[in-house]
Amino acid sequence: MSNPYAKLPGWVEYGLVPLVNLAVAFLVAGLVVLLVGENPLEAAYHLINGAFGRGEYIGFTLYYATTFIFTGLAVAVAFHAGLFNIGGEGQAYVGGIGVALACLWLDQTMPWFVVFPLAIIGSALFGAAWAFLPGWLQAKRGSHIVITTIMFNFIASSLMVYLLTRVLKPLGSMSPQTRTFAEGGQLPKLDWLLSIFGLDIGTAPFNVSFLLALVAAFGVWLLIWRTKLGYEMRTMGHSPSAARYAGMSESRITVITMMISGALAGMMALNPIMGEQGRMQLDFVQGAGFVGIAVALMGRSHPAGIIPAAVLFGVLYQGGAEISFEMPSISRDMIVIIQGLVILFAGALENMFRPAITRLFSTSSRRAAVVAQTKGA
Amino acid sequence: MDSIAIELRGIDKSFGPVHANKNINLKVRKGTIHGVIGENGAGKSTLMSILYGFYQADSGEIHVDGKQVTIRDPNAAIAAGIGMVHQHFMLVENFTVLENIMLGAEESQILNKGIAKAREELKRLEREYALEVNPDAVIEELPVGLQQRVEILKALYRRADILILDEPTGVLTPAEADHLFRVLEQLKSQGKTIILITHKLREIMAITDEVSVMRRGEMVATRKTAETSVEELAELMVGRRVLLRVEKGEAKPGDVKLSVNGLTVKDGRGVTMVDNVSFNLRAGEIVGIAGVAGNGQSELLEAISGIRRAVSGEVHLNGKPINVTGHVDPKDLRDRGLAHVPEDRHHVGLVLKFEECENAILGYHHDKRYLNGVFLNVDAIRKDAEQRIAEYDIRPPNARLKTANFSGGNQQKIVLAREMERSPDVLIIGQPTRGVDVGAIEFIHKRIIEMRDQGKAVLLVSVELDEIRALSDRILVMFAGRIVGERDPDATEGELGLLMAGVEGRKEAAE
Repeated sequence: MSNPYAKLPGWVEYGLVPLVNLAVAFLVAGLVVLLVGENPLEAAYHLINGAFGRGEYIGFTLYYATTFIFTGLAVAVAFHAGLFNIGGEGQAYVGGIGVALACLWLDQTMPWFVVFPLAIIGSALFGAAWAFLPGWLQAKRGSHIVITTIMFNFIASSLMVYLLTRVLKPLGSMSPQTRTFAEGGQLPKLDWLLSIFGLDIGTAPFNVSFLLALVAAFGVWLLIWRTKLGYEMRTMGHSPSAARYAGMSESRITVITMMISGALAGMMALNPIMGEQGRMQLDFVQGAGFVGIAVALMGRSHPAGIIPAAVLFGVLYQGGAEISFEMPSISRDMIVIIQGLVILFAGALENMFRPAITRLFSTSSRRAAVVAQTKGA
Repeated sequence: MDSIAIELRGIDKSFGPVHANKNINLKVRKGTIHGVIGENGAGKSTLMSILYGFYQADSGEIHVDGKQVTIRDPNAAIAAGIGMVHQHFMLVENFTVLENIMLGAEESQILNKGIAKAREELKRLEREYALEVNPDAVIEELPVGLQQRVEILKALYRRADILILDEPTGVLTPAEADHLFRVLEQLKSQGKTIILITHKLREIMAITDEVSVMRRGEMVATRKTAETSVEELAELMVGRRVLLRVEKGEAKPGDVKLSVNGLTVKDGRGVTMVDNVSFNLRAGEIVGIAGVAGNGQSELLEAISGIRRAVSGEVHLNGKPINVTGHVDPKDLRDRGLAHVPEDRHHVGLVLKFEECENAILGYHHDKRYLNGVFLNVDAIRKDAEQRIAEYDIRPPNARLKTANFSGGNQQKIVLAREMERSPDVLIIGQPTRGVDVGAIEFIHKRIIEMRDQGKAVLLVSVELDEIRALSDRILVMFAGRIVGERDPDATEGELGLLMAGVEGRKEAAE
């Protein structure tokens, strides 16, 4: 056996290991809170209460989670093909153009359910287009996607400043944003969904794009595990030489994967633009593209993992805001530190506790395993 | 007079549910060559990794020179006088020989002092054991035989008294292997103890003093080599009688299925790897390409199967040209009846992280049978995979198991099943039994002969000369990218060995 980490049961692999990582992250975060002279238990209370304490809070948590599901899926799709798309930020930003154009065009004449599909298509197209170039550059010119996507984030940022100050800004307005959309450009809230559980959504912008995010998650599962394209993507991600042997075109898969990834990132723009603000503002992505990387890492690039991971980050965002509100000595930056710790332990140091956990399980299961020799002759 | 160099007592090791070593006892006498044989997955490598400190035994004791030692890591093993020559060399390719030998034993932060000392020590070792090698040569430019010599020197430099060699002859020509054996004899006469891990019975018979046989994680027997036979050892390894010779009838060659004309292939650095190679492959025959690894066989296979672009030359499949110098779609070749079992099943032939059934369609995933529009027809894929698992006796019979969890022999069967299943006109096979256990080798050889008897054209590349001789109807020998001779399968090993070493070939070319 060349693999010293033997297989772990599913619930350990996907349940216990992430939980242990998460627990350690919060432990260290607690120490940081102690360091600034605050009570970590109180902070934990505000975190949990701020995220789940009221229907309104839950609405906010899920609103953020919606955003992170999209960007997490975007990163995950690229991961499966062995591509590291860190341009989700820029792709989401540019995807906003598609949403804004659809809304500005039809919001006054059409109901939301007509504008919404067009906005979905628009956001996906613009996001895909923004990811197409890095994909194409890697496929045809060998420019590494990590470098190009990150550079494209900056280009996107400048482009959007230009558009929002010169092109899409209504005349006479002082703020760099589009006009506020009429009824047709605003998504209905999911108040009914929360009221099923007896919760009141209050002012939280939890909207139908959450449902779209769930559909997208299912779509990604279908794509990756049930389509020929997904099969080819995974082959390339695991072993480019096997992909070549099987006659799969590396450049074709690279470009297509990046476009799908970009489309998913672009669709993120629906949530803040149509779901919350009712207009496109400067810098509406607010780092969600990067959080998507952590979400995908934590969710093991599987939709079933990405959704809870996205909710977790929604908790950190919403609950974290509550901490800094209730405990003034814990600033907004502290929250970023806590989020960073979660990313560190759940993502980067993912394997830190694995050997110990593996040892624990291999000793306990050895007695039962004498019969279960998996190696046939 | 017989003192014990190494004694293992009750070594036990599990990886999760896999019980790799079960209560192993082993005594190795000082100044002997002790063979350890067993099929792949029998636990030989695990046992040696425990001895060398890569893994920790779950229980058991290791005694070196009568004293119990704890070997927590390779450094502890080296301190106890144990050196290891790995199957896959642990050398830094772009370092020189000297740098590699010093690596990890530099002795001081300033390299210069150490280098001078190492150079002197290396000279002494060369003299003492007749292991000449240029200390300033860069590893990647050395032939494999010499790289292995560097590995041995590395162990000796660290004052190893006990040398473990893991499958040392897998990559060597017969001549190089003979030379290695002479070196080992020399080391033995100087009082070193050698543990030789191999699955090649002939080597065991030729060189060892004693031999221990492992099967399924257990040490099943230890014999004095002089008192045992190849047949007995094979039976001990597999647990049943095995057919060591392949039985096959006369070949009935038919039409030319694959013709290669003046094929030249260069590698990424522009070095000519295949040099103006021409041959024909007919229906109903097996043509074997013998040669030491790295003499262009791999590149030849890749060019024919459309993975690597050729510089010049023509290849015809069923009379129609393959655009080998331009873009070739391997899918197109599959459709035209060419199947390819690649040499490297771990990185090319299989995706180890895939489920078995996913690998069973690799390259054939365009097949309408496996698709519903853009979707995979998972039921059909699994059903086909299960059927083939039964036909090819792939174990464990689980189409949903990760491919990495199959043994080497079963992984190879997965590839063979996939490529043979579609009854291709031409079957190209690279290293059909590399890292495959004896029982599976028998099975794979039978299948290859069956393919031939069904009138398929088979091109076989293997570094195992025995295999080439056993299966082929004609043998082509490759050396330095060229075909240096064609022989009948009854050519002697010596004759082929000389060709493989480029000796005869040069003479022939000069005549």
